[in-house]
Amino acid sequence: MTPAPRPLLPLGKRARVLEMQGVDKTFNGAVMALRKMSLTVNEGDFISLLGPSGCGKSTALRLISGLMPPTAGRIVWEGGEHAGDLGMVFQEPTLMPWATVAQNVWLPFRLRGTAFKVVEGQIMDMLALVGLERFAGAYPRELSGGMKMRVSIARAMVTQPRLILMDEPFAALDEITRQKLNNDLLALKARIGCTVIFVTHSVFESVFLSDRVLVMAARPGRVIRELTIDAPYPRDMVFRTSPAYAAACREASDALVEAMGEAA
Amino acid sequence: MSMTDRLATAPAPEAVFDAEEARRARMARIERVAKWVLPVLVLAVGLWLWDRVVVWNEIPKYILPGPGLVLETLIKDWPILFDALLVTLQITLMALAVAVIGGVGLAVLFTQSRWAEMSFYPYAVILQVTPVVSIAPLIFIYVDNRTVGLLLCAWLVAFFPILSNTTLGLKSADHNLTDLMKIYRASRWQRLRYLQLPSALPFFLGGLRIAGGLSLIGAVVAEYVAGTGGIGSGLAFRILEAGYRLNIPRMFAALLLIALTGVVIFAGLSFLSHLALRKWHESALKRET
Repeated sequence: MTPAPRPLLPLGKRARVLEMQGVDKTFNGAVMALRKMSLTVNEGDFISLLGPSGCGKSTALRLISGLMPPTAGRIVWEGGEHAGDLGMVFQEPTLMPWATVAQNVWLPFRLRGTAFKVVEGQIMDMLALVGLERFAGAYPRELSGGMKMRVSIARAMVTQPRLILMDEPFAALDEITRQKLNNDLLALKARIGCTVIFVTHSVFESVFLSDRVLVMAARPGRVIRELTIDAPYPRDMVFRTSPAYAAACREASDALVEAMGEAA
Repeated sequence: MSMTDRLATAPAPEAVFDAEEARRARMARIERVAKWVLPVLVLAVGLWLWDRVVVWNEIPKYILPGPGLVLETLIKDWPILFDALLVTLQITLMALAVAVIGGVGLAVLFTQSRWAEMSFYPYAVILQVTPVVSIAPLIFIYVDNRTVGLLLCAWLVAFFPILSNTTLGLKSADHNLTDLMKIYRASRWQRLRYLQLPSALPFFLGGLRIAGGLSLIGAVVAEYVAGTGGIGSGLAFRILEAGYRLNIPRMFAALLLIALTGVVIFAGLSFLSHLALRKWHESALKRET
């Protein structure tokens, strides 16, 4: 059973997933990691948080995932708290080395008390979508860096959660693998129709992937610009070389320079 | 070779070795053999020297028996020594089992409750650093049952490496995986079962190998302290007894058995560790290049 894609409405007409309302986060009562961040996430959105290190983009993810509470402001989930219905991809693949690829992807089901046999079909379908069906029985150490990251993405997507958070997932990969995974991620999004918040420090990655880019600045961490990338999905190599892509990259770069300039 | 490589590389039409590769392969072959031959050679030379020293200097057997006599005594006294070995082995294995249960149990308790760790960890350290020889006489005053006393002594020596290694292992679970468990709303029990215990396994097995040797040491030391027991006495008691009677060959024979027991315990636990980790842990894997 291939996961059925959710119908994607145009921007502005989609159902709301969550809203961040003026969220602050202060560490040790002194370090302001995030100031007055507001963000509305709708179903099917692909939102990038783009900024230099220390701009609070990872902090924003940790707040949304509920790993820590905001100091001020609110994070309101449509229809109640996420209750574990969330996917997360870290910069490292973060797989369990003692478990096979299929068992790793099983983890979110397993924690809900679902037996492997019951969801085996779903797991294998998901592995096929990321091109790893032949490696279901392999251990993580047998895989390359890019393949491990695919397993991590499969694990985040297999339950079709309401929201998937990605914290610089491709930052440690080489450029060629990274481009391939960017393409594959968009293909997956088209197939499954997931909602993603994607943290990155790459202008090109954020513009290629997202329909919205939030440019952030550091000290204190805050959003300084919100760009809408109005190119239709699916996007491919044609989009990568189009004037619209170049213009968007230019705009995002300018905003990033502005962010860096303020911090310096 | 990793699975990716295996799938990616087409089989070479014919094996092509350059000089460097050939040399490396030859060295590997020699090393495989030498690993076994060299220690055996050292043993043979050592035994021969021992024998010659005894014969040439006409050393009497109540001072230093030759290796032949030790072997002879081992065979002649086998019924006595084997019974003693069983007693010592029984104490050792029981102590190891209790050390595993106690060590892992305490480690789990410590990682589940910071308060328990803060309260009890210092006392676990104190128990460990106090020499068992100095505690043992007290134990035998208050504990009537000799076996329980021996067991207690051996356990005191053996449980700490398991406790400290397992605690370290439970705490070294990947931070991102721990976060992931929280995001997925895993219960405390699920986190322990699916993340912390597997993470701790290599550490625990390392502690177990140390504890195996220590429980034998603990059992032997406790027997020395417990002294005369008559029926149901272990190898250490046989050594003491033989010493009083100037039966030096039997002392050597018993010593040999204790050493062999230690080696067998270590080898067995190493094998167990290899079986448990060979599929995924770095320590059990061969370097790929």
